[in-house]
Amino acid sequence: MELERPLPHPITPEARPYWDGAREGKLMIPRCTACGKAFLYPRVRCPFCASRDIEWIRASGRGRLHAFEIAHQILNRAFKVKTPVVLAMVELEEGPRLLTNLVNVEPDPARLRCDMPVEVVFEKQTEEITLPMFQPAGGAR
Amino acid sequence: MTDRARLRALSNSTCIVGVDESDELGTLPHKSQLTLHVEAIHNAVRDAGLKVADIDGVFTAGQHSPATIAEAIGVTPRYVDGTTVGGCSFIIMVGHAMVALHHGLCDVAVISHGESGRSGVGVTPRRDTALPGQWEAPYGFGGAPTYFGLITTRHMHEHGTTLEQWAQVAVSTRKWAALNPKAKNREPITVQDVLRSRPVVWPFNVLNICLVTDAGGAVVMTRAERARDCAKPPVYVRGAGEGAEHVALTQMRDLTTSQATRLSGDKAFAMAGVRPADFQHVMLYDAFTSGPPIMLESLGFCKPGEGVHFFEEGRATPGGTLPINTNGGGLSYTHTGMYGIFPIIESVRQLRGECGPRQVPGVRLSLVNGMGGMLSAAGTLVLANQT
Repeated sequence: MELERPLPHPITPEARPYWDGAREGKLMIPRCTACGKAFLYPRVRCPFCASRDIEWIRASGRGRLHAFEIAHQILNRAFKVKTPVVLAMVELEEGPRLLTNLVNVEPDPARLRCDMPVEVVFEKQTEEITLPMFQPAGGAR
Repeated sequence: MTDRARLRALSNSTCIVGVDESDELGTLPHKSQLTLHVEAIHNAVRDAGLKVADIDGVFTAGQHSPATIAEAIGVTPRYVDGTTVGGCSFIIMVGHAMVALHHGLCDVAVISHGESGRSGVGVTPRRDTALPGQWEAPYGFGGAPTYFGLITTRHMHEHGTTLEQWAQVAVSTRKWAALNPKAKNREPITVQDVLRSRPVVWPFNVLNICLVTDAGGAVVMTRAERARDCAKPPVYVRGAGEGAEHVALTQMRDLTTSQATRLSGDKAFAMAGVRPADFQHVMLYDAFTSGPPIMLESLGFCKPGEGVHFFEEGRATPGGTLPINTNGGGLSYTHTGMYGIFPIIESVRQLRGECGPRQVPGVRLSLVNGMGGMLSAAGTLVLANQT
């Protein structure tokens, strides 16, 4: 099957638990055991308190749509998903923000608003890679 | 010596004495990036009444090392700087050159830009792609509009700003471009033209987004005592500041307020001993229509959410009380990719009174502010035509 998207590349060693989790349908994020704050992207040192003591936790998968765009054209030719596509920044309940797509929703600015509740869905790309995406909380609209 | 006294000692110690673009701007598939540099340096050094052989400090950002530029123009510099933090790098380098000149590390500095942004002659992506490749590209992110749109929709959510207000920025900037013979797009446009132009990434249509061109530009600097012997009236660097906050947009603390911009402005204003109300002319890095209003807010020219008023009330437009982006900006004049050299050039020309039909009357103090990346890094300059 032809891929619709560029796969995450390279998978960096410090991010391996994130992608291993996604493959199993779990949103795994690093958290500092010293200050208790979760963060993304994964790093070997806490960006808030400088501790090197990092654990991985399973995030609830709930968050809010922090900001969004509706792309009518995509520059990257490896990205073949039919436009318009909703490009999104989601702020997880646990604090970290990530870039993603908002799916199962009408790509219409009138139907979308910043801070609307969203939840994770997992879209399998290959045996190795599953991408976390988000949809409006409570399912498709 | 206090920190403030250290900053103040730099103020007015150096001057911009030469500025110019490459021989042509626009679509230039017949010119390498190095040629754009060489033309711009040649022209700016001539503007200063100096010789290329006088250059002993070379500053550039982006695709070339300063050593490559020095080699191409045939000089052996004793000071080089290749700080690359996005399009504002050249603005930041005015501050770096100020420090190097002030301390006698070099005597004549050139800051040079040459980019084949449109034609792509010799352009290679060469950087660590681990973060964008892993966390952004799989979702369709890539290219500046797919990031700056997030800043913009968040601003609309928090402050109630509208598509019509962003469009006013494009309309105002085009009015200035109409007065600049070097500007690429000079026909007047309306808010409706912007709103009806081709959708790219909502909230941006094509007229909300800067041009993509090929061009070069260069700035020549020296210490104030030598500047007085150059061909044109000196433009004093009264203040300079820089800052860097993030690169990945997810790491920006507040999408609608740039910490880098604020830091750069605070430092430049403190060095110069000025406030936002003191300026008669402003140049802001307009890669997108929402950029200049957000920069005005982050710099303290107005409260958050009020930056758009400068444009919709006509203050920024020809005849207004605070002309902004008088060259026609990245939106209508030229934008190679790393635009930061061009607002410096325009600011210097305004302070010298060289701008013909677009000359702002009575300019004494001009502000240059630019961003690198998505408000990630920033540089601010306070430039003046007297000490």
